[in-house]
Amino acid sequence: MKQSYGTLGVKLAVLAIWAALLFGPFLFQDVRSIQVAARICIFIVLVASYDLLIGYTGIVSFAHTMFFGFGAYGAAILLKQMGPGWTPVLLGAGAGAALSLVIAAGIGLLSLRVKAIFFAMITLAAASVALVLASQLSHLTGGEDGITYRAPDLFKPATKLLTDGDGKVLKLWGVSLNGKVAAYYFVFLSCAALFWLMLRLVGSPLGTVLKAIRENEARAEAIGYRVVAYRTFVFCISAVIASLAGTVYAVWLKYTGPETALSFDIMIDILLMVVIGGMGTMFGPVIGAVLLVLAQYYLRDLMGAASEAVSAIPLLPELLNPDRWLFWLGILFILLVYFFPKGIAGTAMLKGSRT
Amino acid sequence: MNATLERFGGVNLLPLAVAAVAFVLIGAPSSWVTLTVAGLAMGMMVFLMASGLSLVFGLMDVLNFGHSAFVSLGAFIAASVLAALGGWLGSPSVLMNVAALAAALGAAMLFGLLAGLFFEKVIIKPVYADHLRQILITMGALIVVEEAILAIWGGTPITVPRPAFLEGAWIIGDVSIEIYRAFAFALGLIVFGGLYWVLNRTRLGLLIRAGVENREMVEALGFRIDRLFVGVFMLGSALAALGGAMWAGYQTLITPALGAEMMIVVFIVVIIGGLGSIEGTLLGALMVGLVANYVGFLAPKLSLASNMILMMIILMWRPSGLRPAVK
Amino acid sequence: MSLLSLNAMKTDIEQYHVLHDVTFDVPEGGVFVLLGRNGAGKSTTLRSIMGLWSPSPGSVTFRGKDITGMHTADIARLGIAYVPENMGIFGGLTVEENMILATQNGSFSKSRLEFVYGIFPALERFWDKPAGSLSGGQKQMLSVARAIIEKRELILIDEPTKGLAPSIVDAMAGAFAEISAETTILLVEQNFHFARRLGREMAVIDDGRVVHRGSMEAFVADTELQDRLLSLSA
Repeated sequence: MKQSYGTLGVKLAVLAIWAALLFGPFLFQDVRSIQVAARICIFIVLVASYDLLIGYTGIVSFAHTMFFGFGAYGAAILLKQMGPGWTPVLLGAGAGAALSLVIAAGIGLLSLRVKAIFFAMITLAAASVALVLASQLSHLTGGEDGITYRAPDLFKPATKLLTDGDGKVLKLWGVSLNGKVAAYYFVFLSCAALFWLMLRLVGSPLGTVLKAIRENEARAEAIGYRVVAYRTFVFCISAVIASLAGTVYAVWLKYTGPETALSFDIMIDILLMVVIGGMGTMFGPVIGAVLLVLAQYYLRDLMGAASEAVSAIPLLPELLNPDRWLFWLGILFILLVYFFPKGIAGTAMLKGSRT
Repeated sequence: MNATLERFGGVNLLPLAVAAVAFVLIGAPSSWVTLTVAGLAMGMMVFLMASGLSLVFGLMDVLNFGHSAFVSLGAFIAASVLAALGGWLGSPSVLMNVAALAAALGAAMLFGLLAGLFFEKVIIKPVYADHLRQILITMGALIVVEEAILAIWGGTPITVPRPAFLEGAWIIGDVSIEIYRAFAFALGLIVFGGLYWVLNRTRLGLLIRAGVENREMVEALGFRIDRLFVGVFMLGSALAALGGAMWAGYQTLITPALGAEMMIVVFIVVIIGGLGSIEGTLLGALMVGLVANYVGFLAPKLSLASNMILMMIILMWRPSGLRPAVK
Repeated sequence: MSLLSLNAMKTDIEQYHVLHDVTFDVPEGGVFVLLGRNGAGKSTTLRSIMGLWSPSPGSVTFRGKDITGMHTADIARLGIAYVPENMGIFGGLTVEENMILATQNGSFSKSRLEFVYGIFPALERFWDKPAGSLSGGQKQMLSVARAIIEKRELILIDEPTKGLAPSIVDAMAGAFAEISAETTILLVEQNFHFARRLGREMAVIDDGRVVHRGSMEAFVADTELQDRLLSLSA
């Protein structure tokens, strides 16, 4: 199959992003940049797993953050109760993934059977119940305040991965090879592995079936594909991957709370990233996550400055307040869905192709 | 057994059954009456919010995730109008009270009508028949409206004054019934009656019912469903705003989170009731209102999940809801 | 001038090209039959005339007026009635309500109702019953009755005999003969034996193209052509 130059461009861009992330700690050496890089890694996986669902089956779920939260809280609660170590991380990952699997299967079988349209509403309701439960069961989850805990010892900043002759931490290109670097590579490798897994999945026969269902549901059903079963299956996979991403995030942040792991704001971020990047490509989420995370960290400062600049005009400063940045993203989102429903990757990949 | 049940109203009896079970569990008749009245009042307010969503979906297969924006807007506009007319509210003259209330509810509904018109023309029209983009775009619109509300009214809770004649309660023996709740129930009932009359006794209603069943055929008979739809959409938005305005007075303290909270309740109601019929929506709303209040009293920890559990049970029993429109 | 003209009509449904080149004229009066195999594009042709799919390019002309791209409701208001393959009955509404909806302003004349009852006597009995409770044949009668409760210029009827008992098919044939005395009918049929009794002019459509046009008389006489175009076994 000959690729259009647009597709090639998208693939090169994605490759470049992964390469930049691979050398992240050496390329961007301040603390904030490394936070941004780790967040990008995790959101790439989270958004790609969402793309698996929305882009490859065409159904909209609002519960993706819930699964992310299950994974995060699983690890967080166990790290808090059992103290730092790998056992609680693995147990937490397993528990979060198992819970996600059960709930995803339940929701899928209950709502996809009748009307796919129920699915969006039910996932929204389920997600809101999960959010409320997390803030109510405060003895377990820390309520609104969340949980702070310690990561496995390997990730302590004082850990020396390699030492030089004097027993001091070895520096490579000016970067101390300490626990912080180890933590970043834990995030990077986990996310890269999960992303690779998803790429394999959409390239497999399963991916072909999913595309057939997406193109023409009635025909796929007529050919004999059990559409509900496939959709539920994909929903389960995407939920488990989101949950694993949540665990990784919890280990990285050493803090888990409703704001970082369950809030509806994250769901909105995911939606924005997948729409901006482009649905149904697996490459779109990479681009979307990078752009939006960068915007989150750096654009808000700009908005604050703009807000002060127009302080004489009524209402406008309020709308330009960095807290209101979702207002503008919302408008951007609507415009994108209208005019570029394929997102950046989808639109670019059409460039230079024959039809 | 089933036939007998069906003759006496079938699924319509469910709220009665729930009330009866609750009566046994609660034990104290006076608490039961208070809770039942609260449940019915809540149910009717939720019905106002949900009826438009259900009809709009039935008629055009459009699922508006931004519907709760109208609820929020209605609540905040009513709150602002009531606050501005504070003098009239405190006045001992019932007439002034009623005027202030009518102004608040009227302003909310008027705004709902206009916002509905804008929403239908600008947001929804370009994405008819494309569920995926519909959900995404209406969700985007909801975010924008909620942010706008935050920018205009701020994030801090706002107190909503009530007209004096709706304050207080009627005391009958050891039972007390809040007047505002009785009023909310009555208003909801009147709106339901009006909708029922329009749908079942007028030519317009006939067109709407036929359109819910088979839009294409109504068009092939020579009627522009899309024009009818704009009207239904605007009416639904106005009712949602009315529901929000009533809810604001019921809560007396509102925050911008109100829309998101009610959205979940409204979705649960239309799923339980079955999309496309106002009878189903009323049934779902009453069930949700009653169950929320009873469970809130019997097992407060469960109260938030109660609606969710109710929805799960009903979906397992009737996957299309209790009384969906004929399709 | 013919009543309805289809000129090089081409219709795509999503990414599928369903109609490639549909051209024929329906003269005023009588029954015009459109024959063709399953999936040849007969129903799509009717839906395209009705504006339920939009043909492009190509055009549909009704009484000399180009109706391509007009809204379905406006096309109906020109005096074209549509009896779809699934009959399009509103099952939750009563027979009476179904009939009321088929009128332009909500009322029908007594004499016209008598005329309809004369053709479909069964309808009178089921007048206040929910249309969903009718049998298949009764629903088909109701669907046709809706199309004639007011006098129309043209009625598009899609496979009215599908799944009906032979006795009802006979009744239907009688009804169509009576209706065609005042209104032109464009009838889509797979049941050739039914169609040959009614049709004066006809066309055959295959794989989205009109492959034959002519009089029914000539077509009935030419069995070889029938076999080739319809591959009829009987």
